[in-house]
Amino acid sequence: MGINKKIVVLSGKGGTGKTLISVNLAAADGNSYYVDCDVEEPNGHLYFKPQILEEKTVSVLIPEVNNDLCTGCKECVDFCKFNALAFGKKVILFKEICHSCGGCALVCPVNAITEIEKTIGLINIGISENVRTVGGIMNTGEASGIPIIKNILEYIKDKSGYIFIDCPPGSACIVMETIKDADYCILVAEPTIFGAHNLEMVHQLVELCNKPYGVVLNKCTDGPNPSEDFCKEKNIEIIGRIPFDSELGELNSNGKIAVRENYKNNELFYSLLNKVKEVSR
Amino acid sequence: MKQLLILSGKGGTGKTTIAGAFIKLYNARAYADCDVDAPNLHLISKHKNLPKKKDYYGLPKANIDLDLCIECGLCQANCRFGAIDYQDGYFVDTNACEGCGVCEFICPASAVSLKETVAGELFLYKDDSVFSTAKLKMGSGTSGKLVAEVKKQLLENTKKVEIAIIDGSPGIGCPVIASLSGADIALIVAEPSVSGISDMERIIKTAHHFETKIAVCVNKYDINLSNTEKIEAFCADNNVAYLGRIPYDSLAVMAINSGKSIVEIDCPSGNAVKAVYARVIELIQKEDNL
Amino acid sequence: MRIALPVNSKDIKSELCPSFGRAPYFLIYDTTDKSMVFLDNPATRSTGGAGIRAAQMLIDQSVKVIIAPRYGENAARVLIDGGIRVYKNIAGTAEENIGAYENNQLNVLADIHPGFHHHGNK
Repeated sequence: MGINKKIVVLSGKGGTGKTLISVNLAAADGNSYYVDCDVEEPNGHLYFKPQILEEKTVSVLIPEVNNDLCTGCKECVDFCKFNALAFGKKVILFKEICHSCGGCALVCPVNAITEIEKTIGLINIGISENVRTVGGIMNTGEASGIPIIKNILEYIKDKSGYIFIDCPPGSACIVMETIKDADYCILVAEPTIFGAHNLEMVHQLVELCNKPYGVVLNKCTDGPNPSEDFCKEKNIEIIGRIPFDSELGELNSNGKIAVRENYKNNELFYSLLNKVKEVSR
Repeated sequence: MKQLLILSGKGGTGKTTIAGAFIKLYNARAYADCDVDAPNLHLISKHKNLPKKKDYYGLPKANIDLDLCIECGLCQANCRFGAIDYQDGYFVDTNACEGCGVCEFICPASAVSLKETVAGELFLYKDDSVFSTAKLKMGSGTSGKLVAEVKKQLLENTKKVEIAIIDGSPGIGCPVIASLSGADIALIVAEPSVSGISDMERIIKTAHHFETKIAVCVNKYDINLSNTEKIEAFCADNNVAYLGRIPYDSLAVMAINSGKSIVEIDCPSGNAVKAVYARVIELIQKEDNL
Repeated sequence: MRIALPVNSKDIKSELCPSFGRAPYFLIYDTTDKSMVFLDNPATRSTGGAGIRAAQMLIDQSVKVIIAPRYGENAARVLIDGGIRVYKNIAGTAEENIGAYENNQLNVLADIHPGFHHHGNK
């Protein structure tokens, strides 16, 4: 295996430019991976429009009750912390609520419960010019995307090259799962007080998880930049600045990858890429 | 009382800026921020008093009493979530723990118990107006219920009010659905980008499940005129009320950064929002008269 | 026979709670001896599956009839399996609804909503 560097791009909030940056860095590097961990609202495929090479189903275990053995003791119903089981005249299972913990099978005194696989979604691996794309889709109605993200992260664990991971927004458990094995985190921030507030949140998160990180200020204007002030105050390295530009905005809103078009400021992405490689060594 | 919910699907469309503007224009006496993952509304709402705080408890999480632990490792072997680790003794990673109780059940030494864990904090501002908001603790996964608590807190503390304004959660999942519960009208702030359109369509599909009247407005429309027109056509084809378009405006950023609402200064986005606001009110009153 | 109603307070003159799964209390009224008891709804502490939990409690309490404004499809599945009939309430207090039921004035509640559980992406 050659170098394997996982660069996670995250922000406290949606719409700051995570996808813009992770997509363009992956495209600028070439021979890289673009990984979309936002399995609830994936967007990367709208830019890469990849040719799908492989699909793998993701499944979890759910209980199956043998009604011939069941005595109606309701130990399983009483045990389930998620209310996924009920008993009227027989055991009723609510598959989408089940967390696949295996507890009901363990507590059943007559071994009436076995576990079977249930498909909850899939991950797909594709290619767009020289970029490998990895993404996941959750089946409608499923509760958690975490098993899909775990599958995605397992897939890229030993792949060679720079792996740009587009992270879900926020700071909930799904984000922590994504940054668990990161080699470097890029925090993307907007120049508003909202942006600074969200940057503060996500900064706490990477500090908590002990990850090396740097900030990219996006949509910069001439005016004051509360996110920049926050970085200065906390001594956080600013590794890139992308000015607000309606041309970039229009390209992006049409699902175009700037570095693959004749965007006048593509130099920004290339120098950001070099900087990222330098700080993640 | 009518509940006006402002949603976006995707984050960063300007939902909170617009919610803030509406609150100012209506002189709202009751409003809430349901974006418990990354709340922002409190940054632009002005309250004299400090808020009342209340801990929010999510699912109880596992806790290992090392005095009782005999280090058999059964807990770790049976944990499906990789939440139990060993370092000078077995311990639980509360971020990964889902509170299933298998470890508690399987431990032969009764060393594991599920303990109530603080998963967030609720805030209630109450002076001339009532503002309910909350913050989910990092690494937590129970935001839908916290959203329900934010709304419950608002309703419990609000007396006679005509319209309550709710800044909704982004996305399409459980927290959004919790925000939709009880909403009379949902205004979707859409962004004219391929991802923005895709997310708007998914939210509309979700909202159609509930008896909520839906309306759409486009923010930063001049970033992409043809996508804006696509959204307008979509609304016309799907019987969704279209309430107008708002331009990208650098003055808006300046207003927000100086703690003002965009409708407090004279700027293109502020003026456009005033027009959207007037149409929303008209829509709410029309519903009343039905 | 036991009837249950989701209520906002522990008072027979309370209004019915618009939510089934998240109702703070259930009034359980016994038509044979006219006794009543108020139970805390354990589902208020649940992060998910509230309708299921509430329905299970009522089955365990040997309730045969429920009067409610609405309930979701998860609760419905449990209640149907348990053989419990649900009637649509009339505007008014729990007491008025019990009276209406005993006078055969209530209709069966057929309109079940899809519920507030998770909806992943398509």
